[in-house]
Amino acid sequence: MHEMAITESILSIVLAEAEKRDATRVKTVKIEVGELTNIVGDCVQFYFELMSKDTLASGAEVEIEEVPLQARCPSCGSVKKIENLDFLCECGGVMKIIAGKELAISAIEIE
Amino acid sequence: MEIKLQQNILAANDKIAVDLAKIFKDKGIYVINLMASPGAGKTSFILHTIEALKNKLSVAVIEGDIASKVDAEKVREHGVSTIQINTGGACHLDANMIRGALNFLNLDETDLIIIENVGNLVCPVEFDLGETVKVVILSVPEGDDKPLKYPRIFADSQVLIVNKMDLLDYTDFNVDGLKRTVNNLNPGINIFEISCKSADGIDNWISWLKDKTDKFLKLK
Repeated sequence: MHEMAITESILSIVLAEAEKRDATRVKTVKIEVGELTNIVGDCVQFYFELMSKDTLASGAEVEIEEVPLQARCPSCGSVKKIENLDFLCECGGVMKIIAGKELAISAIEIE
Repeated sequence: MEIKLQQNILAANDKIAVDLAKIFKDKGIYVINLMASPGAGKTSFILHTIEALKNKLSVAVIEGDIASKVDAEKVREHGVSTIQINTGGACHLDANMIRGALNFLNLDETDLIIIENVGNLVCPVEFDLGETVKVVILSVPEGDDKPLKYPRIFADSQVLIVNKMDLLDYTDFNVDGLKRTVNNLNPGINIFEISCKSADGIDNWISWLKDKTDKFLKLK
């Protein structure tokens, strides 16, 4: 539901970066979204299309990479992808989240 | 040309939140970011907390709602400073809104600020407000499966309040199952089972909070 606010932030970061580099156009915006962040990629794409009209980023493609929820066991050090929120390690330890909360622009492609 | 950025999308919010956290720390103010679904009992919970502490601490409340002043009016009747933020449609409070609200509070004479976030289990948790602690309320009628559906809010909160325990007998709510899920997701989370209706269990929460705020007051 908060994709609107998220998209506003994305656009302002992208435009600032593009202007800083004297770009004539932004072609692609690559975004990393952790599994735990509850962001709906389709909404971000839709809002981005609307909000970027008449800017350098108009028509840019938004690529969303979902980062799976991963955790590491503090006892034995093993790492696994978490499914069904099962954080129990085979060794009996409770694993700690190491990935899945990302919300970042990983890269942009400009001309 | 591709440019690597690795730029946190919420950096602008997080920067303000860091500034707010510094203000709160410098002024010795304990700040609760209270989150829950609509109808989970956020306002009733705040009123119980105010009643238990208002003679000991100077409490202020920041009310976030999409529209209306209903909650702020209820809270104000209990004699504490109350600021209403209407988000005008936004589903969460952000750090900038809190920064604006602070202009209306006397921070030198405030010990505890309770921020009632917009009723929603999804969005509020993404936006840090500079708070000392995130508290989430889950009420029994909502069901014990909510942490499975909305894990982030249960993963990032330091306190889980299970409210409406008086209704337990009328539902299939599995308290032990809930605790197991939440403890796995977030080891060390503090869980309090309460009923705002009967006031059962409120004492445990208040004594936990009093202990925390006492430590903060010593820093003043």
